[in-house]
Amino acid sequence: MISFSAVVKRYPGGQEALQGVSFSIEPGEFAFIAGHSGAGKSTLLKLIPAIERPSAGAILVNGQNVGSLKRSALPYLRRNLGLVFQDQKLLYDRSVYDNVMLPLAFGELGAREAAGRARAALEKVGLLAREKANPIQLSGGEQQRLAIARAVVNRPSVLIADEPTANLDADSAAAVLEIFAAFNQVGVTVLVATHDEALIGRFAKRVLRLTRGKLAE
Amino acid sequence: MRTWLRQHRQAIAAAFAKLAAQKSAALLNALVIGIALSLPAGGYAVLSSLRNVTQGASLEPQLSVFLRTEAKRAEADAVGARLKGDARVGEVRFVPREQALKELQATEGLAEVVAALNRNPLPDAFVVRPKIAHSADAATLDALAKDLRTLPGVAHVQVDSAWARRLGALAGTARLAIALLATLLAFGLVAITFNTIRLQILTQRAEIEISKLIGATDAFIRRPFFYLGALQGLSGGILALAILWGSLAALNVGVAELAASYGSGFRLPFLAPGDALAVVLFSAGLGWFGAYLSVSKYLLEIEPK
Repeated sequence: MISFSAVVKRYPGGQEALQGVSFSIEPGEFAFIAGHSGAGKSTLLKLIPAIERPSAGAILVNGQNVGSLKRSALPYLRRNLGLVFQDQKLLYDRSVYDNVMLPLAFGELGAREAAGRARAALEKVGLLAREKANPIQLSGGEQQRLAIARAVVNRPSVLIADEPTANLDADSAAAVLEIFAAFNQVGVTVLVATHDEALIGRFAKRVLRLTRGKLAE
Repeated sequence: MRTWLRQHRQAIAAAFAKLAAQKSAALLNALVIGIALSLPAGGYAVLSSLRNVTQGASLEPQLSVFLRTEAKRAEADAVGARLKGDARVGEVRFVPREQALKELQATEGLAEVVAALNRNPLPDAFVVRPKIAHSADAATLDALAKDLRTLPGVAHVQVDSAWARRLGALAGTARLAIALLATLLAFGLVAITFNTIRLQILTQRAEIEISKLIGATDAFIRRPFFYLGALQGLSGGILALAILWGSLAALNVGVAELAASYGSGFRLPFLAPGDALAVVLFSAGLGWFGAYLSVSKYLLEIEPK
């Protein structure tokens, strides 16, 4: 499903964020990408939806070589991936419900079906009662759950989260990871980057450990 | 198809919502575009009326051969025969003095003057069109005119087309100047729209970037801005017509007075419906193009290499 083969990511100036990284994630798998700040976790996750392009090596996602995809093909790749960002990337000029509706605006669903999907996603993360609120009124944990609801509303086969618990207290962090585990239970492939070793320890899942751009399992 | 239509409907609604949210800025933009477009549109309207005037005059070189007022009809026939026999002459039309007087009477403002005359002061005349080979340059025409002046009974020979040619050349130059002005202002309109859309993009930067990250196509992101640019151009085009209409109405007060003093009902006409529609569509098209350039540039900037 996701396969990295000798992937190198070099930024202008010569800094290598990833150095010959190879691994593969099978469909339905749950894996953590662990490592200290600056180890290359975010870079690795950004390569999957082609937010960044690799400098060398090959990345296959659902059989597609992401590195050679044309610009026009990227939206369709990204629609099949649920992305949860460290800073959530919510829109604060609209309601919780409208944030979740955003990915459905450019999809194929009709208005009624899209509304049903959005409410179902909010219900799964426990935010249906707050659908009319502005994201700014939500707590950090709730905002992260909202970001998850937006990520899953298109029913992606892969869920990718970059430090989703970075700014949360232990209970909220555990609650967020329980949501990922629940999606994984129904067959969604989950890839979570975190530096929180205690949290990783609470879930008996595969861990890909990055140290200065190099991978060790 | 339904999805595509729905997305266009939403994009149009979003464009209208943005205009409504920034009424004063949108109005100022439309005003700037309107004023800019009204200048070449006004020039075109004035030139069109000038063209109507010049179209009545022949631009082909012709000579008017006036006989002496006391010349008898037999003399006129003799001159006519000489003209028809001249190898350089292509066409000859005889204008009897009675017909000339009738034409003068039909001219606006001169009916009363003609009526006041106690005799016909006009001579018989011939309108002569030289053969093409002899009408190419002024020297050949002048030589022909000089020869015709020597014919018995001829009082005066006039080369008629010079003024019409000069007017035509002047109108052509003015048309070119207006086309250049329109081109420059079109660039200005594109620049205005480019900048407005760029500012709009900056206010929606987060939404655009997040939408791109979660799977929005470039077309989806561009669409509302295209409609916004086109709507801005459209409103500017409509304002340009309104400004032009108001300006012509104001000018026509003076023009009407001046024309009336010559016994004429001449007015500066507004653009023909087709031309007015073309101004509005052209303006909307330029607005769309400005938006296209602006959004495309931004989308390229945020795309990873």
